[in-house]
Amino acid sequence: MLKYAYYPGCSVKGTGKHYEESLLAVFRALGIELEEIPDWNCCGATAYMAIDEMAAFGMVARNLAMVQRMGYEEVVAPCAACYLGLKKAQNYMLEYPDIADKVISALAKVGLEYDPEARLEIKHPLEVLVNDYGLNQIKARTTNPLTGHRIAPYYGCQLTRPFDDMDDNFFPTIMDRLFLALGADVITDYSLKTRCCGASLTGTIPEVGVRLSWYLIAEARHRGANYIITACPLCQFNMESFQDRMGQYDTRNPRFPILYFTQAMGLALGLDRKELGFNRLLYTPANL
Amino acid sequence: MVQQVIRTQKDVSPGFVDEISAMPGAEALRDCIQCGTCSGTCPVSIYMDYTPRRLVALTGENLKNDVLGSQAIWLCSSCYACTARCPQNIKITDIMYAFKRKALEYKYFPGKFPTAVMAREFFAAARKDGRVSDIAIAISLVMKTNPFKGLGMAGIGINLMKTGRFHLQAHRIKGIKELRTIIDTLREG
Repeated sequence: MLKYAYYPGCSVKGTGKHYEESLLAVFRALGIELEEIPDWNCCGATAYMAIDEMAAFGMVARNLAMVQRMGYEEVVAPCAACYLGLKKAQNYMLEYPDIADKVISALAKVGLEYDPEARLEIKHPLEVLVNDYGLNQIKARTTNPLTGHRIAPYYGCQLTRPFDDMDDNFFPTIMDRLFLALGADVITDYSLKTRCCGASLTGTIPEVGVRLSWYLIAEARHRGANYIITACPLCQFNMESFQDRMGQYDTRNPRFPILYFTQAMGLALGLDRKELGFNRLLYTPANL
Repeated sequence: MVQQVIRTQKDVSPGFVDEISAMPGAEALRDCIQCGTCSGTCPVSIYMDYTPRRLVALTGENLKNDVLGSQAIWLCSSCYACTARCPQNIKITDIMYAFKRKALEYKYFPGKFPTAVMAREFFAAARKDGRVSDIAIAISLVMKTNPFKGLGMAGIGINLMKTGRFHLQAHRIKGIKELRTIIDTLREG
């Protein structure tokens, strides 16, 4: 049986609640076990990195130390920013021994042990589902194939960059393959699939940020998508929540559904919409 | 009116390129061949005063004031497209982070510049509780930069409340003292 340490991250406990709800429901249905890291802390994320890189690495290392204490070699992080933050910190500690030394001794002060050389595997749920669990198995568990769902898979930036061990930097296909297996009509050449959603610019410089999010929706709609699926809480939040401000670029508020990939996948597994957090979406796909 | 800006020796801050390229991840800065792939692939370069390629060139010339005073470094959303495509394997995104940190250290940015304010709010919130509430950060950001703009954000707050996703209070971790010790130890070092 597949079993992993689980690092939720702050977003899925707040604005991205429906991501965690649907993720846990899907994993439960497939019998994949996640054990939440007790008392985990913020990953440091992008904003923290801009202030103090060493402190950000220290924040990540505390979480990784607890994963090691739990006895796991793999940890699952559903948020793309956390996923990258954990990976980047571990890589920097492997690349720069003096950074590792400083972080290790700061952790030792509070009785924590962390060894970057153990090279914990930091995984996104997509990797668990497609690479570890397997598409054939998923096909076998599919009770309600997503026939007629025309889907634009949006990956965002930090899931596949700068690292390319999960998939291609600019043209990943892992989510496309998953949804083809689930019977969906996947727009496999959705050309903006890794173009930035605007990230925190929607809040700081909305003139730029909201426009970046709008492009993604306009392109998906142009390609006839019923909805976009995402694998990152910030992408989902940006594309969905700012639609009432997109009228300035569009003829109207697009009111376009933006789902977490786990929500759409849950439908294919025959799970209940409530359990998948559909009640938390502002716009739901009609007639599907 | 077209205004031509000419930089001369008096604008140079000797040692700036050394200071930046000594930072972890920024070592390869001098390998830049000025091909412009970074600027071409950057989704926000059209909004920038200096594009990433120009920032690297300016750094090479020790033009610290231009680099750290630019708004471009705060527009970088860390999408890593430039880093992934750079033929010289320069970690441009990490260099942008280095610029941000130096700009804050030397107080270059305008006081109410939202991205810098957000970075500080985020830092303070994470150190306070160990976890953050994205909503609380967004609200304090708006209050500290442009309260009037905040009125336009009310709709988003209402939508989040309707869907049960509005949380002002971040959960405080049990090991908060332990986390602060780690953060403060590394900050001093």
